[in-house]
Amino acid sequence: MSHYAPDAKYQELAPGGIIPQAGNAEEYSTGAWRLQKPVRRDEDCIDCMFCWVYCPDNACWTKDQSVKGLQFDYDHCKGCAICAQVCPKKCIDMVPEDQES
Amino acid sequence: MPEIKPMEGNQAVAEAMRQINPDVVAAYPITPSTEVVQTFSSFVANGLVDTNYVAVESEHSAMSACTAAAVAGGRVMNATSSQGLALMWEILYITASLRAPVILTVVNRALSGNINIHCDHSDGMGARDCGWVQLYGENVQEGYDNLLQAVRIGEALDVRLPVMNCIDGFLVSHSYELLQVEDDAPVKDFVGPYQAVNPLLDISHPISIGPLDLWDYYFEHKRGQCDAYPPAKEAILAVGKEFGKTFGREYGLMEEFMLEDAELAVVALGSTAGVAKVAVESLREDGVKAGLLKLRAFRPFPAAEIAAALQGKKAIAVFDRAISFGAASGPLFSEVAAALYTAGQQIPALSVLYGLGGREITPEQISGVFRQLPEVASGGQPADPVLFLGVRE
Ligand code: SF4
Ligand code: SF4
Repeated sequence: MSHYAPDAKYQELAPGGIIPQAGNAEEYSTGAWRLQKPVRRDEDCIDCMFCWVYCPDNACWTKDQSVKGLQFDYDHCKGCAICAQVCPKKCIDMVPEDQES
Repeated sequence: MPEIKPMEGNQAVAEAMRQINPDVVAAYPITPSTEVVQTFSSFVANGLVDTNYVAVESEHSAMSACTAAAVAGGRVMNATSSQGLALMWEILYITASLRAPVILTVVNRALSGNINIHCDHSDGMGARDCGWVQLYGENVQEGYDNLLQAVRIGEALDVRLPVMNCIDGFLVSHSYELLQVEDDAPVKDFVGPYQAVNPLLDISHPISIGPLDLWDYYFEHKRGQCDAYPPAKEAILAVGKEFGKTFGREYGLMEEFMLEDAELAVVALGSTAGVAKVAVESLREDGVKAGLLKLRAFRPFPAAEIAAALQGKKAIAVFDRAISFGAASGPLFSEVAAALYTAGQQIPALSVLYGLGGREITPEQISGVFRQLPEVASGGQPADPVLFLGVRE
């Protein structure tokens, strides 16, 4: 089991309120809290990876450990705009969630 | 051979800490507990222990460092008093919630304001709901013995709770009494090696500690924590018995002094129990059937055991060395009364508030309360069930 069932009884939880299953933050979707989402203008991106380094939620990532072709993980991105702030090309736009991108 | 030596309460606690040799002590000094960590730091400096001693900048940091060291996987101890305990407040709850068996000697002292350095139980009583086990000792020997047992109680695998070893400020902490100091080897055998549970430093089994816990699991976690207290009660009894077998002094949840055939009883914590014993003995000589229930474990609160011990008494007086402002009575009284009510026992009872800020309590004063109890017994519940004993009015 990589996480507790939503209806887990108190007796099933580890003492001390610890999470004994490592790395399961991935399974807890937090993207719904976001008010604005980062959208990248691909043509201006220089693959410097600053956004990858600075994103506090590992929500700026690439496939297969590549250093090219950044994507946003909208299930976990919280819309903090740190990536947009640090991007040297200013090619990340923060788009309000209620607006079509 | 165990040695009998004159020692102060604080020195006795430091001596027990030397024998236990904890992994980490993170402390900030405060009167009247200062001497515990001061003496212990000299043991560290002189190489008598292997403890990592962390001198921090406040009690909040002290308890933060202690809790962190405990969840990292170490045996951790500390000592404090009064405002120091109050400054630890935020972390005390976290220590217990994380089930980190930190051992803290609380040298009981009045809380400000006004500022006062002497004994009462307002610090310990204020911390009664934070989830720690609380043992109250009567004298220097109990301060030493309770600390050795606290380690075993808190670390028991079905308990895993932090423990406060409470002794009365100045009355015990700074009083020289004859202490039986046990030999290092049997003490080390009794205490045993530390067994860490889910230590953070075990990097082959990574875990998360203290995560955000909302409406979906928080209640279950708190409910789970409640299940640690009945085993803690069992551990206090089992460890107290084993301590008796090993060192000749057995301990339980409480001590009953001439209580069995008593008609009138006093319930008290800490050094006042010693004063009450003198009063009970002299009343017995006068033919008054007086008795004492000295409570050792305030948390977990042995409600059923207290009700059983007080069954059939004609009247009782519960002595509180702390005020719960705005409450109908002292905190110990409230819990004893609830224990009796739950057990279906209607015993007329007096709540006695005494000894605040180090105000002296004498055997004569306690005898005086005993002498009021027959009237309380005949009249049922007294009109004003709260008596301020020894205040000028
Ligand atoms: S907005 Fe914040 S969380 Fe989302 S990708 Fe950018 S840095 Fe990461
Ligand atoms: S910081 Fe900007 S330029 Fe650099 S990789 Fe990210 S989006 Fe591209």
